[in-house]
Amino acid sequence: MAFKKSAVPFSGTPEQEEKLKAVIAEHKDDPGALMPILQKAQDIYGYLPIEVQTMIADAMEIPLEKVYGVVTFYAQFSINPKGQYKISVCLGTACYVKGSGDIFNKLQEKLGIGSGEITPDGKFSLDACRCIGACGLAPVLTVNEDVYGRLTVDDVDKILEKYN
Amino acid sequence: MVNIKINGVDYSVPEGSTILEAARTAGIKIPTLCYLKDINAIGACRICVVEVKGARSLVASCVYPVNEGMEVFTNTPKVIESRKTTLELILSNHKKECLSCVRSGSCELQELCNEYGVEENRFEGENPAVELDDSAMHMTRDNSKCILCRRCVAACGVTQGIGVIGANERGFATQIASPFDMGLADTACVSCGQCIVACPTGALTEKDDTQKVLDAIADPDKFVVVQAAPAVRASLGEAFDLPVGTNVEGKMIAAMRRLGFDKVFDTNFSADLTIMEEAHEFLDRVQNGGTLPMITSCSPGWIRYCENYFPEFIPNLSTCKSPQQMFGAVVKTYYAQKLGKNPEDIVSVSVMPCTAKKYEINRDDQSAAGIPDLDITITTRELSRLIKKTGIMFNDLPDEECDSPLGTGTGAAVIFGATGGVMEAALRTAVWKLTGEKADSPIEFKDVRGVEGIKEATYNVGGKEVKVAVASGLANAKALLKKVKAGEADYHFIEIMACPGGCVNGGGQIILPASVKNFTDIRAERAKVLYDIDSANKMRCSHENPDVKAVYDEFFGEPNSHKAHEVLHTSYKAQKLYR
Repeated sequence: MAFKKSAVPFSGTPEQEEKLKAVIAEHKDDPGALMPILQKAQDIYGYLPIEVQTMIADAMEIPLEKVYGVVTFYAQFSINPKGQYKISVCLGTACYVKGSGDIFNKLQEKLGIGSGEITPDGKFSLDACRCIGACGLAPVLTVNEDVYGRLTVDDVDKILEKYN
Repeated sequence: MVNIKINGVDYSVPEGSTILEAARTAGIKIPTLCYLKDINAIGACRICVVEVKGARSLVASCVYPVNEGMEVFTNTPKVIESRKTTLELILSNHKKECLSCVRSGSCELQELCNEYGVEENRFEGENPAVELDDSAMHMTRDNSKCILCRRCVAACGVTQGIGVIGANERGFATQIASPFDMGLADTACVSCGQCIVACPTGALTEKDDTQKVLDAIADPDKFVVVQAAPAVRASLGEAFDLPVGTNVEGKMIAAMRRLGFDKVFDTNFSADLTIMEEAHEFLDRVQNGGTLPMITSCSPGWIRYCENYFPEFIPNLSTCKSPQQMFGAVVKTYYAQKLGKNPEDIVSVSVMPCTAKKYEINRDDQSAAGIPDLDITITTRELSRLIKKTGIMFNDLPDEECDSPLGTGTGAAVIFGATGGVMEAALRTAVWKLTGEKADSPIEFKDVRGVEGIKEATYNVGGKEVKVAVASGLANAKALLKKVKAGEADYHFIEIMACPGGCVNGGGQIILPASVKNFTDIRAERAKVLYDIDSANKMRCSHENPDVKAVYDEFFGEPNSHKAHEVLHTSYKAQKLYR
């Protein structure tokens, strides 16, 4: 099986670890403590890499798989950080019927990463999102705060070039 | 008791029982897939649905408690249709290679599909390619045959308290796997195989080494010897439709001889040898201030667990190799010398109730003759497969006896296969030794018998109080070790077996369906076989074994001698949980 470790090396700081420890200490004995701990851990680190999940599992004395199972169950958690350029492709109904699926596939192919992943250089991350309220421009994608609309598959190369 | 009606007939059933249990007492088998008694009652698979009068929809009988006046219908057209559709949906993304699947004939899904006359390809949906996890030495996971019942997850997480597998992702993407999809070999898996015996389908299987055995037997230049562990004779018959709890010792030996092994020996021999070493090691630790409590080292699943999770107890572990490895070591040193053979020309095979043995033969410090002590280890299941493949009609075989000189075992040896057995066997010899080697030394130590997860007892041995404890199943082992660590218990001697009930319920034994396991304690039934063999044996104590005496006279000198240490003992080291 392919080991799904984040492509970007972990760069957590001692300060972040202290914060995480405080959060775990605060919630450890609550019933259902894992969810709030994971949410706060993601606030601290921005994502939940294996290093952070291992710290949580060890401190809570539960198997790492239990943590990973919850993290992958909920869409709100990410095991990868966001890139310098965060690409979101709208796969909402209007964009999808206008062909955003193909655009999304093209981006996966060009960047060599899947949904929720990040390029090894940390430059681009790719996510699918639901409606961003710009259906008139469908299909739509955003790169950080920039919005690109009325796209075709051929536009993908030009957009990526702008950020290279 | 509460009064209920099942299919129009009145029954009085115990309060608090589920509909599934109540129906069973009424002689009705409601089918199940995900339910495993005590560890997995999640009502997820929907195969056990029944109609309850007044209920809005069908209910899952495995988790639905009975109440006074309840009317249950287990076989209405609605129920049958629902179960059938569920099966057809499960099949929609199931890898249907039933003709060659190793679980064909023992697959719970296959049996149900057959009973319900399902349409095999009624639903055809997406069948995403699933990667095989064959990273571990002892097993393979093929999720294309997984039905997501989570029985393996419960076996690993609840029974064993390990939890290296679980459900990742969600919805259609859900897969049972390890964290971050790492291979099982990179996790803290201890190779116990309890997940395999929990699996209703062919998703989890041991690595099959039967061809290696056939190749070795067919090689005229190799001298192939085989040993079978005590617990194998208590389960093997189940593969040939014999009732649970049938002793097939004689037929097992006959079958191995007909398979063409040059010599058929018995791990009972080296279990006795283990006791000689281990009892003396224990007495030495007690008398000379060694690390106590001493903990047994026969179970490789337990050894790996200790190295993973409780490395601080490594000094407590007996340095004795397991009986399998002692046997292998004796074959390639003492026995090779006796035969005048080069140990390289001997292929040493074992039949074990255990999948962790496949891991154990590859461990470090298990090569007394400079080459691995053991060459091939197969499970009880693989032996049954070999017997079937070679056309040996098992039930018609005569009872035969093992070859000499490594084929003799005492009653103390055969009970190794049940939880508490090693403890009892060690006590028989230790008490005899400490109380002046008298003929009327006590034989039976019944407090340490039985399927209970943790057992404790105190014995007066030669005027000294000896506190012992026995744990089986690693979740129980964890609880016991935590107690010792916290200073809440001061045992002298602890026996730990990785599998609940000991080797009789090992991960390599014949797989029985949940419909049997949920209603019969197979641990107790199989253990009874071993205790019966023990009480029928004229020799009940390891120190009485003439083959063991001979090996000390001719080779080792005495227990725990320098030579014995070189050949029969090993070492351990702390392991990282995830690599």
